[in-house]
Amino acid sequence: MASKYINITLKIWRQKDAKSKGQIETYKLDNVSTSSSFLEMLDQLNEQLVGERKEPVAFDHDCREGICGMCSLYINGRAHGPDTKITTCQLHMRSFKDGDTIYVEPWRSKAFPVIKDLIVDRTAFDRIQQAGGFVSVNTSGRTMDANAIPVAKFDADRSFEAAACIGCGACVASCKNGSAMLFVGAKVSQYALLPQGKVEATQRVLNMVRQMDEEGFGNCTNTGACEVECPKGISLENIARMNREYLVASIK
Amino acid sequence: MAKSALLKSSLAKKYWMALTGLFLCLFLIGHLIGNLQLLATGENAALNFNKYALFMTTNPAVKLLSYLTYFSILFHAVDGIVLTVQNKKARPVGYVKNSASSNTVWASRNMAVLGTLILVFIVTHMVNFWAVMHFDENMPLQKVEIEVGGMKQELYLTTDGGYMPVAQVEQGNVEIKHRKDFYDANAHVKLKEGYKDLYKVTVDFFKHEKWGLLATILYVFAMFVLAFHLYHGFSSAFQSLGLNNPKYNSLIKNFGKAFSVVVPLLFASIPVFIHFILK
Repeated sequence: MASKYINITLKIWRQKDAKSKGQIETYKLDNVSTSSSFLEMLDQLNEQLVGERKEPVAFDHDCREGICGMCSLYINGRAHGPDTKITTCQLHMRSFKDGDTIYVEPWRSKAFPVIKDLIVDRTAFDRIQQAGGFVSVNTSGRTMDANAIPVAKFDADRSFEAAACIGCGACVASCKNGSAMLFVGAKVSQYALLPQGKVEATQRVLNMVRQMDEEGFGNCTNTGACEVECPKGISLENIARMNREYLVASIK
Repeated sequence: MAKSALLKSSLAKKYWMALTGLFLCLFLIGHLIGNLQLLATGENAALNFNKYALFMTTNPAVKLLSYLTYFSILFHAVDGIVLTVQNKKARPVGYVKNSASSNTVWASRNMAVLGTLILVFIVTHMVNFWAVMHFDENMPLQKVEIEVGGMKQELYLTTDGGYMPVAQVEQGNVEIKHRKDFYDANAHVKLKEGYKDLYKVTVDFFKHEKWGLLATILYVFAMFVLAFHLYHGFSSAFQSLGLNNPKYNSLIKNFGKAFSVVVPLLFASIPVFIHFILK
């Protein structure tokens, strides 16, 4: 597809730092190639801003191939923009039309405070992960080959699908309750489905849910927004699995 | 650890929401089956319904279930409020532009509003019928009119299958105590027991000259609200309890959708029938 050039209007959340009050600023950006990715478009905007001796827009990005989970952005009212099962770096400007006005906002959650402009602090996810999202293994050099333990193909696949979560936080951003249950559900599930993970399953789910609640995430009301917006297509099944695991763990 | 986990955690609140919600779905079925008797016509329609009402207000097992129902309604409402407040706090700064309709259905986003409307409905519904049945001093007793030798006579129906002439009460020979018991006015002995005429209360309510139509419309509206609440709530309860299995998901979802349409529709048919069709 031959690329076209479009002119757009951007309405971007600008916030100096965590303590400042932010607001939406409007920018005109001309000659945006429809072949460029959304992040490249923001790079183009920043070049323009730097040329005008203005502060460039701060936004998170890293791998730019949809696997690191760094990019975020609430674009035109949806996490990672209008398409589904992609991250913002995989969103291209061909999804927009000439003359479009595009709103760009940071993830909104009490547990994800804004650091600057479009960058939010997602270390709450790290703390949840640290609370139990691991398998304790003796790494003294005598570790057993993981493949020595037979795992049913079905379970291995479900576990792998859950492990595809990149921790970007789109689930929290999309959820009207700011709930992190798709993320935690995926992290609980990826271990709960494997024999290696079953050993610590009880404490894992109790600890991870406790940490999730402490971070100030909301409660799941099963609207399913997270599943629709998740760039990795993590299923709601994982939330149900976490609910089951937690129920069993808490009556043990 | 485990104890607080089952009471205070985010997931525990969801379990209780689901359990009370599903119990209330069972209540809806029972309540509906009983009330569908109001669609019956014919001589015994009123008596049958009043007998049923007597059973429902006196049977100890039903009483236990009714207390469980009151508790579930209150718990479901309070838990819902707590969850909603917490969920609002989880996003102190909202989005300038949010396109919620592109990833969720309307009912799922408005459970709290729908639930609040249902709670208002339940309170008014209980004031209109439950409180009248239980506490109203003017609760009517079921009467019949028969002809004896060309003379019209009014009789109260009694639970022993017999009668109590209205004239006896009017003349002061018999007095009504506890809003249903017939007592000998002189000997102070209980003679018989009448039937509280809940059928008449219900029919009069929806056939009321001034606000019968309004009551019917509001009732039907409340059933619409209930339908949307159930549309999301029924299958959502299963998910909250962790009962998600690809084998049964479509069955639960479809049953929930059918339930959310059929149950409110049948409930709504009762006042519509009484107001527009019943003679």
